[in-house]
Amino acid sequence: MEHFKVRRSGTLAKRSQRTMLGFLVRRILATIPVLAMVALFVFFMLRLTPGDPAAILAGDNGEPHQIEAIREALGLNEPILTQLTIWLGNILQGDLGESFFFNKKVTELIAMRVDATLSLAIVTLIITLAVAIPLGVLAAYRHGSWVDRLVMGFSVLGFSVPIFVLGYFLIFIFSVKLNWFPVQGFKSISDGFWPFLHHLILPSLTLSVIYIALIARMTRASVIEVLNEDYIRTAYAKGLSNMVVLMRHALHNAAVPIVTITGIGVALLIGGVVVTESVYNIPGLGRLTVDAVLGRDYPTIQALILVFSCVYVVINLLIDLSYTLLDPRIRY
Amino acid sequence: MQPVLKIDNLSVQLPKGADRQHALEYVSFEVHPGEILCLVGESGSGKSVTGLSVMGLLPKGQLTPVSGQILLQDENLLEASDERLRDLRCTGMSMIFQEPMTALNPVMRCGDQIDEVLRTHIRLAPKERTQRILRIMEEVRLPEPKRLINTYPHQLSGGQRQRIMIAMALVLEPVLLIADEPTTALDVTTQASILQLIRDIQRDHQTGVLFITHDFGVVAEIADRVAVMQWGKVVEFGEAKQVLSNPQHAYTRMLIRSVPSMTPSQRERDASAQVVLNTSGLSKTYSERAFFRSTRTVHAVQKVDLEVRRGETLGIVGESGSGKTTVARCIARLTDPSSGEIFLDGKEIGRLRTGQLRPYRRRIQIIFQDPYRSLNPRRVVGDSIIEGATNYGLPRDKALERARSLMELVQLDPNVLDRFPHQFSGGQRQRICIARALTMEPEVLIADEAVSALDVSVQAQVLKLLDDVRKHFNLALLFITHDLRVAAQICDTMAVMSQSKVVEYGLTRDVFTNPQHEYTQSLLNAAPGKGWDFGAFLAP
Repeated sequence: MEHFKVRRSGTLAKRSQRTMLGFLVRRILATIPVLAMVALFVFFMLRLTPGDPAAILAGDNGEPHQIEAIREALGLNEPILTQLTIWLGNILQGDLGESFFFNKKVTELIAMRVDATLSLAIVTLIITLAVAIPLGVLAAYRHGSWVDRLVMGFSVLGFSVPIFVLGYFLIFIFSVKLNWFPVQGFKSISDGFWPFLHHLILPSLTLSVIYIALIARMTRASVIEVLNEDYIRTAYAKGLSNMVVLMRHALHNAAVPIVTITGIGVALLIGGVVVTESVYNIPGLGRLTVDAVLGRDYPTIQALILVFSCVYVVINLLIDLSYTLLDPRIRY
Repeated sequence: MQPVLKIDNLSVQLPKGADRQHALEYVSFEVHPGEILCLVGESGSGKSVTGLSVMGLLPKGQLTPVSGQILLQDENLLEASDERLRDLRCTGMSMIFQEPMTALNPVMRCGDQIDEVLRTHIRLAPKERTQRILRIMEEVRLPEPKRLINTYPHQLSGGQRQRIMIAMALVLEPVLLIADEPTTALDVTTQASILQLIRDIQRDHQTGVLFITHDFGVVAEIADRVAVMQWGKVVEFGEAKQVLSNPQHAYTRMLIRSVPSMTPSQRERDASAQVVLNTSGLSKTYSERAFFRSTRTVHAVQKVDLEVRRGETLGIVGESGSGKTTVARCIARLTDPSSGEIFLDGKEIGRLRTGQLRPYRRRIQIIFQDPYRSLNPRRVVGDSIIEGATNYGLPRDKALERARSLMELVQLDPNVLDRFPHQFSGGQRQRICIARALTMEPEVLIADEAVSALDVSVQAQVLKLLDDVRKHFNLALLFITHDLRVAAQICDTMAVMSQSKVVEYGLTRDVFTNPQHEYTQSLLNAAPGKGWDFGAFLAP
């Protein structure tokens, strides 16, 4: 007398669809207060920190009345709450404001720069995953051997070397000494794929090292754990080759933590972009952020931070959704 | 007739620093087509290592075959290349494992897992493969194969998962099937149907089966021949009936004698003793609330009325999911009951709040199933034992004194209180857990599957200890088990639980000799080796 407790797969699929939709709606609704908090926090932080945009714009020889005129023109003399209301009102209409510094709409400014940053991020991500996951799986499979120790040693190194040191080091070797890659600069993909890639390889490599270290480590730990599971023994008992067991059975089951850490990595990439873009002189959002902060360009800073936090939120949502694809036991 | 498997003087070396030099020492036996050979022994006897050696699945660098040969239809597997071994797996020899819950890949559909065997070993058009999968699923008696082919393992019951494992192992009709404790993790009724299945398929296909088990009930049920293993050696080998009824080796005799009998023991019971613990209408309902979804409720325990007297043992028997552990957890107030009452010495404790409950908590103590996980691995056992008592205000030196005397009571050396749990064997750890419970000087002791994880010889000792402790302290013992044999030996009264309700409740003797409820009858019928009176052989 065996109890058969299989649920009807039809109703199961329907129910999971419904709850999935509910989950999506809830998550998207939940982002609204998060973004609102970020907006308020940034707005007040900027105005509470020392530094006057008008003084910076007026230059070192600016007269007090010139500064005052600039303040007036930028609307900085309005009471803070009025400034806030205007800004929030504009955001709701899709207008992120106008840069103090570049005399352009912030949206335009971001649109001009997003290309470079996005390219850098994507190439970095591709390099990272292509290197980190095989390395991690290899280290896990050869757990305890010299291969494992080598990978782990490299990963400690990758964590410890600062991006700018690594950047200049790579430039010195590959650009200055070997002359394989350009020292600096960026070419859009519309200028041809090879020039585009040629300019991006060194910066992406620089940026990816720390993520390779992080993700390789995570992959290794996660795969080692899975390799001890009973179903791996079953897979071997079926007569599968090592490669198939590792890639089809072990890696798939180890995927959830790897995807989580990759998602966090992508979100953290934004920080890395700032340094890398400065080192390689790439006109991206990272450079824009640095310039905007130095120039106390309030509207640009505010807009950039809002955009970044939207990216964070979307990435997190994507990670959560990917779990249901990777593991059928996870349902929302 | 040519044997399908012939193991000849096989020795397997353990890594340096192990408790012995060899996992296997000069093991020899043969498995013939259409035969079930049972490999019996306690944990650490080398029976799984034997199975894994044949499959070539020994962990590399840790266990190495150093001598002998393994012949699968005349081919020496120890000399075969890795590639040849891979080809032979599932085509010439297959293995199924103990835990159907973890032995299947959780993120792969069941049909795909069977399909993988076909794709790896033979060339067939996709349509034919599907046909073949459906056919084998039917043969292992899975209901609605067309639907199950698309399910994931977590959507199936334990028995169904084990059937998927068997389907996977047998789809290419190997000549040898190695079954490593395939029914140990299953409920007794499921176990009976899986054993039946293995026997039927094996007979139809003339497969040779190497069946690894620790359970003599299963041996009596299924074996043609038996090999008894101890410390990596085969100590006795012969026809099943012969070995079970007339064991020659002292170890075999001890093992078989340790199997508890299905005939309830004669126990004296003082029906006038004071009732220490009783429950009335005890129920526990779990409900899960969520947005966008109707509330799900699970009735874990429904309206349970129980009564234990001083010095008496009440057994709660049932299969997994029947609610027996939830009853115990409610009584020990590790979970709060949803409704109903629990009386300790006439005082209602089911609804007391944490603070008010404190004086009563001490009086009900619990021992858990897995002694490997119920002791904190980073504390010396002495600290674990006295923690409860010192928490109730006993000075440390007094508590240690009590711990030392209890260690003697549970037959352990009182001087080992400063050791860590990993330095003890499973049976010793369970003794430590018993001592830990007793330091609190409880009136009610709950043993939740407390002997289920132990080897049969150790189990017999721990059972005896529990019974002695009960007598010594005049305790009320609440004994939760899935094992009818154990229940028959230790319980005065018993409650049979099924699907969250008590379906039968009475004197153990009456329940065993004259079961009233249909479920109790099926449970008793499914008990492996029920017709066999173990240990009824003459003393040498």
